[in-house]
Amino acid sequence: MPRSLPQPARQGSLSDPTLFSLRLFLVASLAFSLPACRKESKVDIATREKILLLGNGGEPKALDPHIVSSVGDSNILRSTFEGLVTYHPENDMLHEPGVAERWEANADFSEWRFFLRENAKWSNGDPVTAHDFVYSFNRILHPKMAAPYASMLYFLKNGEAFNKSKIGDFALVGAKAVNDFELLCSLERPAPFFPDVVKHTTWLPVHRGNIEKFGAMTDSYTDWQKPGNQISNGAFMLTDWRINAQIKVRRNPHYWDAANVKPNGINFYPLDNNFTEEKAFRNGLIHYTYTTPENLIEDYKAQENTPLRIETYNGSYFYRCNVTQAPTDNADFRRALAYSVNQEVIVKYVTRGGQQPAYAFTPPSEDGYDPPDVIHFDAEKARAYLKKAGYASGADVPEFTIILNTSEAHKSIAVAIQDMWKKTLGIKNVKIENQEWKVFQQTVLDVKYDVARAGWIGDYVDPTTFLGMWVTNDSNNNTGWSNPDYDRLLRESALLSDPAQRYAKLAEAETILLDDLPVLPLYWYTRVYLLHPDVKNWNPLLLDNHPYKHIDLQSSKAAVSVKEGAN
Amino acid sequence: METLRYVVSRFLQSLFALLCIITITFFLARLAPGGPFLDEKAVPEHLIEQMKRNYGFDKPLPVQYGLYLGRLVQGDLGPSLGNKGFTVNEVIAEGFPVSFMLGISGLIIALLIGVPVGVVAAAKRNTAVDYSLMAFTMLGICLPTFVIAPLLGEIFGLKLGWFDVALWENSSAWFLGAVTLGLYYSAYIARLTRGSMLDVLSQDFIRTARAKGVAPVKVLFKHAFRGGITPVVAYLGPALAGLIGGSFVVETVFGLPGLGQHFIKAATNRDYWLINGTVTVFAVLILVMNFLVDVLQGWLDPRTRSNK
Repeated sequence: MPRSLPQPARQGSLSDPTLFSLRLFLVASLAFSLPACRKESKVDIATREKILLLGNGGEPKALDPHIVSSVGDSNILRSTFEGLVTYHPENDMLHEPGVAERWEANADFSEWRFFLRENAKWSNGDPVTAHDFVYSFNRILHPKMAAPYASMLYFLKNGEAFNKSKIGDFALVGAKAVNDFELLCSLERPAPFFPDVVKHTTWLPVHRGNIEKFGAMTDSYTDWQKPGNQISNGAFMLTDWRINAQIKVRRNPHYWDAANVKPNGINFYPLDNNFTEEKAFRNGLIHYTYTTPENLIEDYKAQENTPLRIETYNGSYFYRCNVTQAPTDNADFRRALAYSVNQEVIVKYVTRGGQQPAYAFTPPSEDGYDPPDVIHFDAEKARAYLKKAGYASGADVPEFTIILNTSEAHKSIAVAIQDMWKKTLGIKNVKIENQEWKVFQQTVLDVKYDVARAGWIGDYVDPTTFLGMWVTNDSNNNTGWSNPDYDRLLRESALLSDPAQRYAKLAEAETILLDDLPVLPLYWYTRVYLLHPDVKNWNPLLLDNHPYKHIDLQSSKAAVSVKEGAN
Repeated sequence: METLRYVVSRFLQSLFALLCIITITFFLARLAPGGPFLDEKAVPEHLIEQMKRNYGFDKPLPVQYGLYLGRLVQGDLGPSLGNKGFTVNEVIAEGFPVSFMLGISGLIIALLIGVPVGVVAAAKRNTAVDYSLMAFTMLGICLPTFVIAPLLGEIFGLKLGWFDVALWENSSAWFLGAVTLGLYYSAYIARLTRGSMLDVLSQDFIRTARAKGVAPVKVLFKHAFRGGITPVVAYLGPALAGLIGGSFVVETVFGLPGLGQHFIKAATNRDYWLINGTVTVFAVLILVMNFLVDVLQGWLDPRTRSNK
């Protein structure tokens, strides 16, 4: 019925093809004209202008040093804020003076005096004083602030008590401004490695006037973090923040060492898809990728002058075992599980990123702690332990489940382990269950699992950042495991000032951990990323916390090898 | 007046639907296990409790719901928990224009490809041309955007160097995103156009025109096209809403700061207010589009009015 299809006036214009083609032509010509007039890539231009373009994983949760917890967030904060002590550009075992020119400890390392440089300035020109640090420590520890990472400051005397509202007066906490430029930190217990601890993001200072201009000291979500508002004391200051697009920092003219800051600025791109990031790198859009897709590692390795970097990283990948219920409550059974996993196979064929098989829980560090060499694949030993655990064969083992947060990488590893347990021990009833991230976190927190995938990145170089979590009822223990000897050894180790003695004590504790195995160590992390040859002085660092002010950009003749077959 | 009553009743229906969506989303988000304050490294219980107090999550759920509705009518969507320092209003105000531009560009591309393909296929019904075009559109519908998008990036970004493959600022990557979305919808539009064109072409007035000796091309464009395109016009509303809301994959692949990413990430982060905010915005968008289409159709065809 033709009459039931009237033609309203507007429809004519909508279906007018000439109008559409005109608009598309405009859109297309706009887009096409961009690359046409670009003679050099974005990276080339940025190198010339000395702007570092970095892939930085996901969008930061915040740019407030007292709120953030992720590595990506702290990368940005490390450019805009400076703590008492900062990271050395070449070696994480060394210290670089930050706001503090020098520091000294008392005989038993329980009192630390930091002498602040008098020329350290905030980005508005105000001097950085010891009072700023005291204010910041108060802020992060304040119970109302509810800073998720406040426990890093439990090193301070009464820090924990104040954070848990057991005492109400911050004056009782071990942080005092002796004068404008001398800060005294009294510790809960001796910590010879304290300068390593204060490098962490949580110890960064904030500007009191800046915070309180936008709200109360303990407000965690005010506008103070925004570009134009934020006052910071680092080599750079925040100039642009667009969610999911970019964060830009540029030179802080008031920075005390501004003359020695190499880059003029840094753009951080929150590219959380690693394939997109790798493409952006090949496309000349970024100098550095935060990660590299596993299946491209081999291709990149094969390239000449490859931009691929594989470096040791201060992290451990492992499985937690629930020691409060069968079958994983049996130590012999856990030993059987641990010794039947061939870690070499996992790193060589599954993860493929140069990871190291973990013979212990704590990763070894050069000229530092060396963990006891215990866990190695041994089928005979594993089967013997299975017998000892009371199972005549693997078929008798009741069904249990490995849980993991949804990710292809975690799943591949779990499938490999499931297969190893089947082949070596004959255990057939191992299930793999993936859970969405937040659900997974809750399950682990509630210890409602059999075996759970886990990863741990050290906050500082000292082994206590790894071993401390297995102390009875530590909030990151989450296995139900408790061993009085282990707890005692950790307490005793804190009283030892001599590093060698202390490491020996900690190794003793770790031996207990590796014997009882509430965790199955799998491998030690590596950082696998792509770095443009224009980036100079970017050195391998165990903690991967690069002090950006030392990083230089110089055009290199050799272009990034963008080989046809890279994908 | 009949039309006015119809419009008012449709509007009230939309409003009721919106209230239902907001309510269900609010409670569903809270029922999900986990919570916004969990982190990989455990956060002590006393701090989680304090965070809940800071955000008012310690109050009974119905009270929170009432407070939320109270803020909502004032246009306040609350603070984002996953993007600290930003309100949900700010997050959406930043993301929406990006999604809108992607959606509009995608729609233009979809129409530019889909309509001609559909018309040609209808004109050449049951010939090799028709079959190959339709097979092609079937491919377009079946191939997911997460396959098309990286392929476009690889070919037009990296091989040919015409576009950037990622980023937003001073980047042409968004155009590849729009093309990805456009290709997907063009397949639907092509099939829709073909079907309705065939419908029109089989009617008496076309036969009359042909019998009078009107040239085939003229029959196609002068007589059949206007009628044949009507269903496509009706489809534009929902399509635009779908394009704007459904760009998560495209945004992820090309690193674009649109609303689609927030839609998904808010859920995984348990960013309660952002979940509610994005869902509300999309719901409004879809309801408005459907409302407009319904009103337009009611105006075009009086029969839709009588059976409400």
